[in-house]
Amino acid sequence: MSSTIAVVGASLAGLSAARALREQSYDGRIVVVGDEVHAPYDRPPLSKEFLAGTASLEDIALGAPDDEDLGLEWRLHTTAVGLDHPSRSVLLHDGSTIRADGVVLATGARARRLPGSEGLDGVHVLRSLDDAIALREDLAAAGRLVVIGAGFIGAEVAATARTLGLEVTVVETQPVPLAGPLGADMGVVCAGLHADHGTRLLLGTGVAGLVGTGRVEAVELTDGTRLPADVVVVGIGAVPNIGWLARSGVALGNGVLTDARCATNIPGVVAVGDCAATWSAAAERHVRIEHWTNALEQPATAVATLLGAGGPAPTPVPYFWSDQYGARIQFAGSRREGDVARVVEGSCADRSFLVVYERDGRPVAVLGMNQPRLFTRWRRQLRAAVPAGS
Amino acid sequence: MIPVCPTTALPPGEATRIEADEPIAVFNVDGEFYAIDDTCTHQDASLADGWLDGCSVECPLHASCFDLRTGKVSGPPAKTPVRTHRVVVQDGMVYVQPGTTGDGVA
Ligand SMILES: Cc1cc2nc3c(=O)[nH]c(=O)nc-3n(C[C@H](O)[C@H](O)[C@H](O)COP(=O)(O)OP(=O)(O)OC[C@H]3O[C@@H](n4cnc5c(N)ncnc54)[C@H](O)[C@@H]3O)c2cc1C
Ligand SMILES: NC(=O)c1ccc[n+]([C@@H]2O[C@H](COP(=O)([O-])OP(=O)(O)OC[C@H]3O[C@@H](n4cnc5c(N)ncnc54)[C@H](O)[C@@H]3O)[C@@H](O)[C@H]2O)c1
Ligand code: FES
Repeated sequence: MSSTIAVVGASLAGLSAARALREQSYDGRIVVVGDEVHAPYDRPPLSKEFLAGTASLEDIALGAPDDEDLGLEWRLHTTAVGLDHPSRSVLLHDGSTIRADGVVLATGARARRLPGSEGLDGVHVLRSLDDAIALREDLAAAGRLVVIGAGFIGAEVAATARTLGLEVTVVETQPVPLAGPLGADMGVVCAGLHADHGTRLLLGTGVAGLVGTGRVEAVELTDGTRLPADVVVVGIGAVPNIGWLARSGVALGNGVLTDARCATNIPGVVAVGDCAATWSAAAERHVRIEHWTNALEQPATAVATLLGAGGPAPTPVPYFWSDQYGARIQFAGSRREGDVARVVEGSCADRSFLVVYERDGRPVAVLGMNQPRLFTRWRRQLRAAVPAGS
Repeated sequence: MIPVCPTTALPPGEATRIEADEPIAVFNVDGEFYAIDDTCTHQDASLADGWLDGCSVECPLHASCFDLRTGKVSGPPAKTPVRTHRVVVQDGMVYVQPGTTGDGVA
């Protein structure tokens, strides 16, 4: 009997894993399980072009014509509820099971919700296509938007809403937005885009609660201020979808714990993308990367592991981009507290610059705003500089 | 034909973007000139800003690679090829003839 590999999660990481299996000559059965009704689609446009109405559903489809030849068995609108590891079976919500020789965990992450926001119309999170469609409809009829959280979702949604003509206020608990990924200095620079484009940004401010009956009317801050709102978007982070694995024996932390080659503690089970906390030798801890390029590239490693191919652990240079108010922000590398950010081209005031982060005088990360060509060269240089197996 | 620049202004390994109905990217690969549509077929990125590796260019945003000779895309996320355009070098000047394919696809 031919073997079966089950891929759980039918988004970027899951589809990339299925493609990688065929690329690496696996010719058995591949079953892809996904709980959404939609065929795989791309999430980044959901806060950008799709929300603005300039990209269609067809534009954001992840599937390519060649995928027809992969011979995948799709089980969409199907939720995995458990993994039985002795028989390596994926248990489905309808009571059926998929017996597999290998399992790829690619269930991604979901939006963290604001406690007390349940059942109030006009309050949105943004993770799925359905979320984006609902938000787009609501924004079309709204005048005032309050965004809670000035992370990636917050900044991108605020920017898109401004182009749609809304009055926008962003509320953030931290004193500086994006300080985690970019460092405080560069967080301040990027946050400056909000003011440039007429978005009000309130920093160091907590949310006490949402006001309204049936539909949201205002956001109340911890200092008592009430911000009137027709629509509220909550962008306060993402949580990995790992609850369904709670009793599976798969080791979990802030995500599915894996080694540097994506293997979990259970033989024949690998994890990739937003749900995976992958061991990083450089960081000396498990790191869960919540960005697109990781979900695209990591599955090749996971699949090689699953198929028993050896080889050194990859040493990726993490990369993400963000589009805000027409500015293209790109970041690559691994930044830590204490790294020194140095402007090597352009100027922050002009919103066109390249910044290199240095540790002990060596470049470890690079950030560009509206500098794609130079950024690409630096990103290459960082990749070339990472010693294999480190 | 659209004049691009003198050959000396576009050394090997370099690329430039010219405005046409659709912007066009022109590359010099070891002395051979190639022209393709500048805008990536995936999303909004300029391929002239990409990474040139032999006869292919890697998109600066999501790394799909396009063959400069044929316009073909190597892999996701882009799904469709870019158009190629004919390049003519005359008296030390590089020209592009938009809408006429280069050597590869007809
Ligand atoms: C609005 C938005 C904008 C973004 N913009 C950018 C950007 O500009 N740049 C960037 O680098 N990154 C961006 N990202 C992040 C990027 O989209 C993610 O890193 C990427 O989608 C991760 O892919 P994944 O396949 O690992 O997980 P996901 O895309 O989260 O997919 C997981 C899939 O598994 C399904 N699933 C979950 N549990 C189960 C279950 N038990 N059974 C079956 N199916 C299940 C989920 O419904 C989902 O379909 C953005 C994300 C969002 C939401
Ligand atoms: N360009 C990109 O790479 C991109 C774009 C959109 C989304 N994403 C991904 O989507 C996921 C969700 O994005 P996100 O922006 O929600 O997460 P995030 O972690 O980037 O930002 C969350 C922000 O909310 C703030 N916050 C938390 N609790 C708060 C509260 N109660 N009140 C006010 N502020 C609060 C945090 O301090 C932080 O600044 C992440 O995985 C992110 O990486 C990425
Ligand atoms: S814009 Fe070129 S690959 Fe996405």
